[in-house]
Amino acid sequence: MKSTAHGFKENARNALQDTQLRDALSVVGTNFIVKRRLAADALPEFETLRDEATAIKNRTLNELDLHLERFERKVVEHGGVVHWCIDAAAARETVLSICRSVNAKTVTKGKSMLGEEIGINPFLEANNIRPIETDLGEYIIQLADEPPSHIIAPAVHKTKSQIADLFEKHHKRPRSMDGEALVAEARAMLRQSYFDADVGITGANFLVAETGSSVIVTNEGNGDLTQTLPKIHIVLASIEKLVPTFEDMATILRVLARSATGQQMSVYTTVSTGARRAEDPDGPEQYHVVLIDQGRSAMLGTELQDLLRCIRCGACMNHCPIYHAVGGHAYGWVYPGPIGAALDPALLGVAEAHHLPNASTFCGRCEEVCPMRIPLPKIMRHWRERAFEDDIQPVMQRTAIRWWAFLARRPFLYRANTRLAMWLLHALGKTRGRFKSLPFAGGWTAGRDLPAPQGGTFHAQWAAKGGRTK
Amino acid sequence: MTTVALFVTCLVDLYRPGVGFASVKLLEEAGCEVVVPEAQTCCGQPAYNSGDRRDAMAIARQVITAFADFDYVVAPSGSCAGMIKHHYPALFAGDPQWRIKADDLARRTHELTSFLVDVLQVEPAPARFDGTVTYHDSCSSLRELGIQAQPRALLGKVEGLALRELKTPEACCGFGGTFCVKYPEISTEIASRKAADVAATGAGTLLAGDMGCLLNIAGRLQREGHAVKVRHIAEVLAGMADGPAIGEPQS
Ligand code: SF4
Repeated sequence: MKSTAHGFKENARNALQDTQLRDALSVVGTNFIVKRRLAADALPEFETLRDEATAIKNRTLNELDLHLERFERKVVEHGGVVHWCIDAAAARETVLSICRSVNAKTVTKGKSMLGEEIGINPFLEANNIRPIETDLGEYIIQLADEPPSHIIAPAVHKTKSQIADLFEKHHKRPRSMDGEALVAEARAMLRQSYFDADVGITGANFLVAETGSSVIVTNEGNGDLTQTLPKIHIVLASIEKLVPTFEDMATILRVLARSATGQQMSVYTTVSTGARRAEDPDGPEQYHVVLIDQGRSAMLGTELQDLLRCIRCGACMNHCPIYHAVGGHAYGWVYPGPIGAALDPALLGVAEAHHLPNASTFCGRCEEVCPMRIPLPKIMRHWRERAFEDDIQPVMQRTAIRWWAFLARRPFLYRANTRLAMWLLHALGKTRGRFKSLPFAGGWTAGRDLPAPQGGTFHAQWAAKGGRTK
Repeated sequence: MTTVALFVTCLVDLYRPGVGFASVKLLEEAGCEVVVPEAQTCCGQPAYNSGDRRDAMAIARQVITAFADFDYVVAPSGSCAGMIKHHYPALFAGDPQWRIKADDLARRTHELTSFLVDVLQVEPAPARFDGTVTYHDSCSSLRELGIQAQPRALLGKVEGLALRELKTPEACCGFGGTFCVKYPEISTEIASRKAADVAATGAGTLLAGDMGCLLNIAGRLQREGHAVKVRHIAEVLAGMADGPAIGEPQS
């Protein structure tokens, strides 16, 4: 996917003016939060489970090579193939050559953020293979020709009325505003695709080393049809999806859905192990796991390793005031919200994505709810430091901070300067009590009044009173 | 007698000295002797949050030195107290000598309401405030320091005061330090949501424990034409809430 992360400010400005987007997003800031809270409160061991889930991933990442090799051995034992791909380009080529081996015309797709990351859909289209998204949200945004705006609710930025318009235009059926009717309509349109597709591509929520299985969790069951009906099942997975055992996966599953949608479990948890065996009633003839690095191994052993614990539950963005205000598209790349602000600079480079970690109030809610206890603000700060070192910030901001710091390190000079400034501000503003606009504070006063200072500084008044200073 | 060094915070020093004097009054009434070390300016957050680690460390060293010899350090701000308690030790993770000093300061530093309730555990001197108030939890107080019950316990003892909670007291107000001027449109949007929540309570006064949030929310409430008054919680607890509120005419 092509990034517009460098245009975050512009993207955000447009998003803030979009009233339909505001309506659509209101569910994120309310429903998701309430449901997660209820689910977490209903499970006394929820916090302990978060610790366990975190520990499992930490252990796994510390010996990831061993688990990866074990995983491959098991996949092969079950008649599958693992394709090791260093980056997006290698992964795309691998998928294409598998599709070509059966002369595929259409592929059905389950939801995969990694698929977005490597840009698999446009690549297949350019090679005359039609990808059909089968997850309802993904299907909607495919019709709209837009990227997802949320990692678990890709079409959350669309209102029902916008979806009805899209369906009417593409399905050529009478417009309906009934939610269930819309779902039924999408289902009917998709039904035949499952049978027509030569290849089914899914993502993976987990890869289980002990059995060589890939696992997806969905609420619609579309993933099952995508992976069992076509001749070939391709799994797209990045290397950090590994867990050693089913037991480990079960622990993480217990925090995943609760954090994401507030469900105890997603409706379907589907395990795929190898291709169809002689005694199986159905299933694909070939099972391929396209195992993608794409910048992950470079994060191992660094301050970014914590990011590899992410299970893409979306809780961080559901609780993020910035995400609530501007939605996912403003971030300009695959991963929005706090996880995007922490991860995108690693995958895109800090020069391209420096706005994302800077556009945070550090309110800390993301870290508070992240089931995998990823220190998201700390990682955002890491990127701010990198951007500062690399001179990427706007010159004005940088100069202002350095000047202010220069003064802050010299209390005497600081007091002389600030006293004067505050005296002036107070004199100018005391009658009205506040400023509607001020030449050097336009950023503030465009949307807020600026209160005038009370007058005098504390330190000057304390000294005048003869207060103790040592 | 317990000696308390007051970390005034830059915003209280420059914008609302009255909050500093209210803090002094509360501490003195609780039996402390208050000292205000001269070599303090700011905790360094603007630099730290802008990625300027070198300046942040220099300022932190200055604060650590200025506050080295006191039993307790108290700040009328969750944000600055959080910076000292959590981020100073992190800043010196690779410097054992300063790390020890940072840890020591972190242990002695407290946010004002939590110091009164958790450390001193004294009944505050009786104060009176006639009116309905609502309370905004600053993100640093709530999530970095776990402060939620303390300000409410203190407000509960103020005669004549009725507390009406916000619908989402835990939601950020959009201030975020330099964020509010780096991304002003987003900051304003978040502040509008907070202002709407405040207005919906019907309370006459909004209180919080951090000047940054207060200036931001006051600025937005006033821009939208709401008559809600905005004050630091210390002013009300100390019975010093009779002067003009934040952003009100002072002539
Ligand atoms: S960072 Fe944490 S909260 Fe955000 S998607 Fe990943 S696991 Fe979920």
